[in-house]
Amino acid sequence: MIVALMLALVAIATVVFHFMSPWWWTPIASNWGNIDNTIMITFWITGVVFIAVIGFTAYCVFAFRHKEGRKALYEPENTKLEVWLTGLTTVGVAALLAPGLFVWGQFITVPDGAAEFEVMGAQWAFTYRYPGKDGVLGTTDVKNINSDNPFGLNKNDPNGQDDLLIDSDEAHLPIDKPVKVLLRSIDVLHNFYTPQFRVKMDMVPGMITYYWFTPTRTGTFDVLCFELCGTGHYNMRGSVVVEEDGDYEAWLAKQSTFAQLQSDPAKRLAKTTTPALPVIGQHVAAAGDQRGAAR
Amino acid sequence: MSIHAATKPEHIPPAEIAEMDLYHAHSWWTKYVFSQDAKVIAIQYSGTAIAIGLVGLVLSWLMRLQLGFPESFSFISPEMYYQFITMHGMIMVVYLLTALFLGGFGNYLIPLMVGARDMVFPYVNMLSFWVYLIAVLVLVASFFVPGGPTGAGWTLYPPQAILSGTPGSDGGIILMLVSLALFIIGFTMGGLNYVVTVLQARTRGMTLMRLPLSVWGIFTATVLALLAFPALFVGAVMMIFDRLLGTSFFMPSIVAMGEQLQYGGGSPILFQHLFWFFGHPEVYIVALPAFGIVSDLLAVHARRNIFGYQMMVWAIVIIGALSFIVWAHHMYVSGMHPYFGFFFATSTLIIAVPTALKVYNWTLTLWRGDIHLTLPMLFALGFIVTFVNGGITGLFLGNPVVDIPLSDTMFVVAHFHMVMGVAPLMVIFGAIYHWYPLITGRMLDEAMGKFHFWVTFLGAYAIFLPLHYLGLLGVPRRYFEMGETTFIPESAHTLNEFVTVIALLVGFSQIVFMYNLYRSYSKGKMAGHNPWKATTLEWQTAEVPPGHGNFGDTLPVVYRWAYAYSIPGHDQDFIPQNVPPTAAEDRWEAANPSHK
Repeated sequence: MIVALMLALVAIATVVFHFMSPWWWTPIASNWGNIDNTIMITFWITGVVFIAVIGFTAYCVFAFRHKEGRKALYEPENTKLEVWLTGLTTVGVAALLAPGLFVWGQFITVPDGAAEFEVMGAQWAFTYRYPGKDGVLGTTDVKNINSDNPFGLNKNDPNGQDDLLIDSDEAHLPIDKPVKVLLRSIDVLHNFYTPQFRVKMDMVPGMITYYWFTPTRTGTFDVLCFELCGTGHYNMRGSVVVEEDGDYEAWLAKQSTFAQLQSDPAKRLAKTTTPALPVIGQHVAAAGDQRGAAR
Repeated sequence: MSIHAATKPEHIPPAEIAEMDLYHAHSWWTKYVFSQDAKVIAIQYSGTAIAIGLVGLVLSWLMRLQLGFPESFSFISPEMYYQFITMHGMIMVVYLLTALFLGGFGNYLIPLMVGARDMVFPYVNMLSFWVYLIAVLVLVASFFVPGGPTGAGWTLYPPQAILSGTPGSDGGIILMLVSLALFIIGFTMGGLNYVVTVLQARTRGMTLMRLPLSVWGIFTATVLALLAFPALFVGAVMMIFDRLLGTSFFMPSIVAMGEQLQYGGGSPILFQHLFWFFGHPEVYIVALPAFGIVSDLLAVHARRNIFGYQMMVWAIVIIGALSFIVWAHHMYVSGMHPYFGFFFATSTLIIAVPTALKVYNWTLTLWRGDIHLTLPMLFALGFIVTFVNGGITGLFLGNPVVDIPLSDTMFVVAHFHMVMGVAPLMVIFGAIYHWYPLITGRMLDEAMGKFHFWVTFLGAYAIFLPLHYLGLLGVPRRYFEMGETTFIPESAHTLNEFVTVIALLVGFSQIVFMYNLYRSYSKGKMAGHNPWKATTLEWQTAEVPPGHGNFGDTLPVVYRWAYAYSIPGHDQDFIPQNVPPTAAEDRWEAANPSHK
């Protein structure tokens, strides 16, 4: 009796907790409402199954608990019932999978004309590169990276000369414009994620990964590293400022191009902090200070 | 093979091969230490696994202290925190769960349940344990080398696993990889034994479709492990080469800490494929034995045949096969080719169908049963709840677009702890309460057992259910501390404190269980023969506990399936597998053609 009651209570408490919980996703700030919709479909379908299975278990424990003289039913198989259950489950699974695959198709199809910008991960900070006036990012190579050229741009590539190099943990994006985020790492795996945008992808040294989204809300959003990247992982933060076109253009205008940085040693000197300091503890502290100062 | 052959008594084939000659121990050392008796080896495996599992438990307390009360424990540095989570994960998944289910329960149950005197290669079986023990010792040694154990996360992803920004990249990671390689070598010796014993050493009349589901689960899991572990072995060897010899299997050109490294051309994602080609079957290496054992616990304690035995067997086999083509669902955000998402999403969600059928059949076994709420039954019920909960969240993470926001959050932590931590542990506890009387001849204490069940079941559920919602909010896993983050409310920290307190309580309540194991060994109620009135062969031995060679002078002969419970027309509500058919039974069979 108590056992059946407790099982039922666990199911009920789970549902109550689900609806009462103060912890829920952050208000969305991108076009990926379809991801939230798919999660809701999944919650509903699986929630019904959860209640049904636990409820049925609790009922059985209540109704068929041992009593003097009770004898169980001997019934090795019930093919009809098993076929029905298989069929219904398959339908349920298809109902989860279909929207999932549909939205995945959207996720991996970058719209034409999406603006590109690059995030570069290094232990333990994000820096950014914008394509500049020509709209094309210059090519890079890890082998080119040194204190004069923290992004590893190819000096002979004309597309790279006007690239804007942002040596700060803050990126800016214009509202309502689709953007393809190109992700690059120079040391270990990282991940560039803002919960309000809903989309993430690992940054993998040796390759360029990407995802796309359209910011739909202005504001400043936290970016966190979402792939374990060493001792300073929890301190690897950044932020994205989504703003109106005019503000965005004004911000862009203040940034320095690769060519400018190459020709102006004073600026260059200030921009050489990206490659991390060699001592782990020290760097974590330094990253923390930088962060504090930026706020 | 139809249900007909499983349920209906049939003629027994004559013995075709002579009985095996057992190695007889000559001294205390060869009887209890370097023993070739699978039952002794099972106890050795289990004792070692539980001992290292307790280390894993203490590590989880330390990490929970840091998560619940950040900045309160100055002795926990970020380096140590990452070492704790890494060692906790690897210990629990490989050195506790895999070793306990296969080395522990596999060794004890397989020969007894199939009606064999021992494993077919007893000497190799003994070696298996000793190599496992060395693997555990190497793992423990990594706590004591300069720099400590590796803090790369249990997934050991390169490049960070072998670079200096990660704790334990000096000696710790090398010892971890060596220990894994040793574990796999040891496991392979045992695993070949389990497979060959099930296939070749079954007693007369024990057809495959009369095997208890425990044996089916352990057998299939062992086949999976024999096929999956080599991928990890290869990955471990290649990473050792990258670390020690400067090869670049997994290492592209890298600038780390401002320095150009001498690596180039390798692929970090290659390691992830190798790791998860092992890692996903590994989930089922832990789950399938639990599936099998819980089926038997439910049948015995509900006094009812397992519902849909044939489907249960096929579901185990199909799940095992499918588990090899779903691995990259762990890699939706890894940067692999996006088209992989379509395939792995589909294969992953298909696996939910046979898994759901197993759940239905467990609950349908309870339906119209005669449910005895014994300790094994309580834990089996706890398994159903936690497994359904954890399985359902798998449907979230298996769907790539849902996984995108949830991956690497606390949702994932909650999901896999519920489904492959708590749920299998429920089965392990239930199994220990169930078979302890056979192993020791005495019952475990009921009152202590009930306390243990309620605290563990409700406590573990209360720990992991709310963590899903932190993940939904966007709280990342593997964070030493959250620091300033605008989207995480203060209440999330309160929740973390709550979870830490419950985790400590549940952890400490295991002392009651350990004490019960210890005390009942000498003071427990005498169990006698077959206290649960079970049908399977391990309870039909001449002596309790069974001696070397398991059965008496002659091996049992099997006449029926393992689930002859509450058969109409019989006074007793169970008929052991080795009881010959009676005239009454034949009449009932004739009168009930639907059951053939």
